[in-house]
Amino acid sequence: MMKWESWSAFWSMDGAALFVWGSYAVTALLIAVELVLVLRRRSDVVRRLARLRRAAPLANGGRRTSEEIFE
Amino acid sequence: MKPRTKRLALLGGAAALFVGAIALVLTAFQQNLVFFHTPTDVAEGRAPAERAFRIGGLVEEGSIVREADGVTVRFAITDTAQAIPVTYRGSLPDLFQEGKGAVVQGKLGPDGLFQASEVLAKHDENYMPVEAQYAIDKAQAQAQAQAAADTVQK
Amino acid sequence: MMNTSSLSQKRTPKSILRFAAPQMFYPLAGTLAPWCAGIAAVLTVIGLYIGFFVAPTDFQQGEVYRVIFIHVPAAWMSMLIYLAMAFWAAVGLVLNTRMSFIMTQALAPTGAMFCFLALWTGALWGKPTWGTYWVWDARLTSQLLLLFLYLGFMALTQAIEDQRRADRAGAIIALVGAVNVPIIYFSVQWWNTLHQGASVTPTGSSMASTMLAGMLVMAIASWAYTFAVVFWRVRSLILERERHTDWVGAEIDAQEGRS
Repeated sequence: MMKWESWSAFWSMDGAALFVWGSYAVTALLIAVELVLVLRRRSDVVRRLARLRRAAPLANGGRRTSEEIFE
Repeated sequence: MKPRTKRLALLGGAAALFVGAIALVLTAFQQNLVFFHTPTDVAEGRAPAERAFRIGGLVEEGSIVREADGVTVRFAITDTAQAIPVTYRGSLPDLFQEGKGAVVQGKLGPDGLFQASEVLAKHDENYMPVEAQYAIDKAQAQAQAQAAADTVQK
Repeated sequence: MMNTSSLSQKRTPKSILRFAAPQMFYPLAGTLAPWCAGIAAVLTVIGLYIGFFVAPTDFQQGEVYRVIFIHVPAAWMSMLIYLAMAFWAAVGLVLNTRMSFIMTQALAPTGAMFCFLALWTGALWGKPTWGTYWVWDARLTSQLLLLFLYLGFMALTQAIEDQRRADRAGAIIALVGAVNVPIIYFSVQWWNTLHQGASVTPTGSSMASTMLAGMLVMAIASWAYTFAVVFWRVRSLILERERHTDWVGAEIDAQEGRS
């Protein structure tokens, strides 16, 4: 630790802990939430489209009935 | 008119409307609180009377006086040309210091004393280590001492 | 040998414009996204290390200035992403390419997140330095307007059923709202604001070099993060919008087989 006298000095941020760590915590939280949402959206889409193909595997290449399932 | 030109015209119109809307909002705010007046504005009577507004400037060196009750503070806010006396009851931000920027919000009393309801510290966009500021102060002090010595020699 | 090489040449046109086709962009985005995410992660670690263990205490604000390492990159990204949305909206309206509206759509949530973070970290930074969480200041007010523009864009494009109309309506918000971006950026010069001026301008900076280094590394990390998330989101959007095509069918079958 070159800059801080101790870890507790680091965490206390010279009295500004609430403001500094409050900023970083919310940033980390939002990034985590966004990543989860983005990755889950992909698996949702793949699953939904797969169900759609199974529902109409050969009817017009699976094109026509898709609208019904997406309604 | 071609569809594309029409589309462009529509977009241009919408953009103009939007700019107009922002301008209106900002002008409305200007008469209120978003912008601040300088001490010169206030001294020359260009600040609104009977209504709250903001003054921005520097806290005059040596002007901060704490009154006996312990919570009331008096100081002057200046743009170096004019200074406006201010009185305020309440806690001050850490960066509120003599010679530093501040924005005060409140009403101008008939006696010319500004009754602040809120005092905000304005800091500049410089970021540097404590040591660097120390070095700058030292260099300035040296330069001043040198200048003083020069005048004495003359 | 001869056969396969001539075949692959035929399949890959030389121009970079081939990626304007969703079918071509989809695998490219899939390849690039993990790399961007990796770069973002590594740069974030480096940036935070510089920001917390190398950069010195500020002469004026003490330790609280360390919020800058997310505040400024987030604010920059929120403005840049909006400009990128406006760019793709313009391309979409003029050239009517499918990919451009997908890009606009994919950028918005990340832009909104950075915009919110700029406001949030700004509030937490304002309290100990200025003495208030919020003030109706030209810089703060125009940044809040940007958040509303992002939210408006997302709400509107989701509210309109017809995809084409949703795209067009969204493109108009993106283009018209772009006017707000220079207003945010120059607000601190045009008006007297409580918010201080820019520390970093094209001509130089008023920050100590290690502080600046930490902030710039974090800014590049946010770029990389944005690219990663947007590429991932683009892939989902492409699958949804191109679901009637044969290649998406094949891709779905491949994904199913894998899982």
